Amino acid sequence: MLTVENTLEWLALFNQAIQTNQAQLSALDTPIGDGDHGHNMARGMTAVTEVLADKAPTDVPAILKLTAMNLITKVGGAAGPLYGTAFLEMAKKSAETLEIAPLLSAGLAGVEKRGHATVGEKTLIDVWQPVIAQLEQGPLTAEAVTTAVEATAALRATKGRASYLGERSIGHVDPGAASSGYLFTTMLEAGINHD
Amino acid sequence: MTDQSIGVLIVSHVPEIAAGLERLIREVAADVPLTIAGGTDDNGVGTSLTKIQAAIEANQADQLLAFYDLGSAKLNLELAQEFSDKTIHLYDVALIEGAYTASALLQADASLDMIEPQLADLKIK
Repeated sequence: MLTVENTLEWLALFNQAIQTNQAQLSALDTPIGDGDHGHNMARGMTAVTEVLADKAPTDVPAILKLTAMNLITKVGGAAGPLYGTAFLEMAKKSAETLEIAPLLSAGLAGVEKRGHATVGEKTLIDVWQPVIAQLEQGPLTAEAVTTAVEATAALRATKGRASYLGERSIGHVDPGAASSGYLFTTMLEAGINHD
Repeated sequence: MTDQSIGVLIVSHVPEIAAGLERLIREVAADVPLTIAGGTDDNGVGTSLTKIQAAIEANQADQLLAFYDLGSAKLNLELAQEFSDKTIHLYDVALIEGAYTASALLQADASLDMIEPQLADLKIK
């Protein structure tokens, strides 16, 4: 269940994880993309962190919406509109429920629509989908998140920049999947899990 | 006289690509309402919803034919499309050839019905 406190803690932890692993995320993006995913996400999360401190929102929908708008406008790469749309759809859904599984599910539907993508195309969806499936049944573990991230290595990219590489994309973890991995492990660190 | 109610919008990851394409198009379409959004807010490589929205507003036409280069340009264009009151048609065509063809036809006062079949031949994504 999301609260103002754990949502802010989640985003603060996610920001730290992105800043700490910025170089690793960009390195993952180098063989199969344009090498800027870590830098872009770091820029976006810096903006999110600043605006949350500045505006001090007092309800969950407002926190999620501010996060969405800043990711959309500040990230610069495809991850901006994708993560931004996910948070925007979660913000809308949070007016009805604060349970994590339906919120993430609404976010995933937004990503699929925005990216015209689905499971198995070597994108962040390949982490979001199994994470949500597990949360719907019971508690999520950090190991399950890591497994989902690593499983993207075996996939051949058919969406996004990596799709230009075809077969050559196989063997590399998808950078968007990796940053989503941090999103979900920090969610668990903030104490947000199956309701 | 060129119809000023339909304009062209160009979105590229690189400011110079957008500006260069505008220069090329002006050779054949001096009167077409045309605005561009190139690069991120700090003119780095990427696309910016803020810049795209500004280019949509700055375009005097209320119906826009939009052309883009890669991934995030389309995602941001679709977001801008949802946020805008203008009618924005998005074409998954080769950026240079598509925008050039559409602009040349608009300059010659062609209707959208005449332009779209020609763009269909340039579809690459």
